[in-house]
Amino acid sequence: MRKTLGLAALAAALVCGAANAQQINVKIGVLTDMASLYADDTGIGSVAAAKLAAQDFMKDHANFKVDVISADHQNKADIGTQIVNQWIDVEHVDMIADVPNSGVALAVSEVVKQKNKVFVASGPASSDLTGPKCSPNTVHWTYDTWMLANGTGKAIVKNGGDTWFFLTSDYAFGHALERDTMAVVKANGGKVLGAVRHPINTSDFSSFLLQAQASKAKIIGLANAGGDTINAIKQGAEFGIVAGGQKFAGLLIFAPDVAALGLKTAQGLQFTETFYWDLNDGTRAWTKRWDKERNAAGKLPSMNMAGVYAGTLHYLKAVAAIKSAADGKAVVAEMKKLPTDDALFGKGSVRVDGRVLHPAYLFEVKKPEESKYPGDLYHVRATIPANEAFRPLKDGNCPLASG
Amino acid sequence: MVEIFGIPSAALFGQLLIGLINGSFYALLSLGLAVIFGMLNIINFAHGAQYMLGAVAAYLLLQSTGLGYWPALIIAPIVVGAAGILIERFFLQWLYKLDHLYGLLLTFGLALILEGVARHHFGSAGLPYTLPDSLRGGRNLGFMFLPNYRLWVIVASLTVCLGTWFVIERTKFGSYLRAATENPTLVRAFGINVPRMITLTYGFGVALAAFAGVMAAPIYNVSPNMGSELIIVVFAVVVIGGMGSILGAIVTGFGLGVIEGLTKVFFPEASNTVIFVIMALVLLVRPAGLFGRRA
Repeated sequence: MRKTLGLAALAAALVCGAANAQQINVKIGVLTDMASLYADDTGIGSVAAAKLAAQDFMKDHANFKVDVISADHQNKADIGTQIVNQWIDVEHVDMIADVPNSGVALAVSEVVKQKNKVFVASGPASSDLTGPKCSPNTVHWTYDTWMLANGTGKAIVKNGGDTWFFLTSDYAFGHALERDTMAVVKANGGKVLGAVRHPINTSDFSSFLLQAQASKAKIIGLANAGGDTINAIKQGAEFGIVAGGQKFAGLLIFAPDVAALGLKTAQGLQFTETFYWDLNDGTRAWTKRWDKERNAAGKLPSMNMAGVYAGTLHYLKAVAAIKSAADGKAVVAEMKKLPTDDALFGKGSVRVDGRVLHPAYLFEVKKPEESKYPGDLYHVRATIPANEAFRPLKDGNCPLASG
Repeated sequence: MVEIFGIPSAALFGQLLIGLINGSFYALLSLGLAVIFGMLNIINFAHGAQYMLGAVAAYLLLQSTGLGYWPALIIAPIVVGAAGILIERFFLQWLYKLDHLYGLLLTFGLALILEGVARHHFGSAGLPYTLPDSLRGGRNLGFMFLPNYRLWVIVASLTVCLGTWFVIERTKFGSYLRAATENPTLVRAFGINVPRMITLTYGFGVALAAFAGVMAAPIYNVSPNMGSELIIVVFAVVVIGGMGSILGAIVTGFGLGVIEGLTKVFFPEASNTVIFVIMALVLLVRPAGLFGRRA
């Protein structure tokens, strides 16, 4: 008797389940740096961007319930993977977004693959994520080290900056950025005179700057990010690097970094990004909404945050198309099938190795007198079309592409 | 050109000088820590946050009142030092009789709060602060380009360090202070207001941190994390020098700056580890530190 009752209950549950089949719940986990050197380039701003994407999507899809949760990985791979494990196993998170810090991101990509969920990597830079370490569960948005090296490196070598010395952040990201930029410099006829690797979060660069100065290289390539880049440029101005005829090439610079340096120190810097809040009407309108959601006066969205928005939106579209978020591989396959289209990056596509192709821009920081309103930071010097901005598929050694 | 270990000697001199300059920051910060520990027996973990507050105060003074670097160098330490005095009156004074651990935990908590509040207000990317015009530029020493500002840092730091050492070790006021740490009851019997002296000493130690913060603002990224990145190294300096030893803090501050500078040339990857290796070695051989008084 008890058995029949149980079966009846099960049947009832199944019927109810079928009746609600249209209702899809998706949970997105923004894993980010909340308090350390990348927190202004990602952090709370990335969470706000994910929430905007969820809101926008739910507006048109009443049957979707999208939850956004977030956590701080403290730039430690072990903490990052531990959070992701718990998110997927206990909290039923379907997609991990952001994850600045390539070291953490490479570890997270492995976990997500094992558990067959989705990783939309918009924060990390290492091009290995769509190269030798590519995964059928990972999509890489916004940028990567190859694209930064190619965009900035090529432009600078062509303008006569043909001898380079690198200041490199001593972990996965810095190594990848240095390697990719060196390749671009050499391919375009330039020469690399030397490199020095510094620990992440170094406050004093004077010793390294002195070594760079002694190398007599025309260009000092900064293969680092966040606070490290800011410190290097600030102290470079002090040591008369620019006055002495050498130039900095910031290989990864975000809008909040430029604001932290101030235009007086940062003017003339050239670098590559894929998003700038003041690019067009679409980006300006989005920035206004982001600013409201972020709720802190005077902040600028970075390209990583834009990547979180665009990536989340595209992910949700793919989930809607296959009507389930359960199978991560299937969702990513669908993401690769659908063309990408959003207000921030325009039209683009996701390649078989997980690389998202969208245009990139070579920016130059304005002089203080050229800046007309708060946040007016960049000149657009060149637009690099989507098919040239990123590494060709055949050069990446991604097993997904060959098999 | 003469080479030493494969590095041209000229370049090596440059690196030695740079090390000395960085050492002057370590010395300035560890001096404040040593004064506070020596006189109050408090391990002031909020020192890094107070250093950060000094730099942030300089930024705020510039933004809100237009006061530049030189006024900030005086006003910021006074303001932050005064805040330190409040902390001592409200919190620390109840902890002197307890184990060191309580002071450490309290100041550690305060540091987290101060940094959290700063992060909430300013974000973590940092705040712009440029060199004062009067200290721009530099001179070519033949073997290196020495920015005027670094020269100023080394002079100011040496002056403040030696001045503090002199006051505490060589003046009557200093002898009262030292006596008060040894035996407060007896010193009080001579009619000296010991609690007030202790309060002012803490305020002074905190002001030293803020002073270092203003000195750092034009050359280091002014961000909420700037103190926590430095404070661990500075604690290592204090431990190597011998907890509470003022001369020890100054000498090891400069010395470790030089060693770290040389590491940046020969093995840059280890430059943020070398100080801790030395700390471990010193603790093995001389547990009380190089200049520690207690065996």
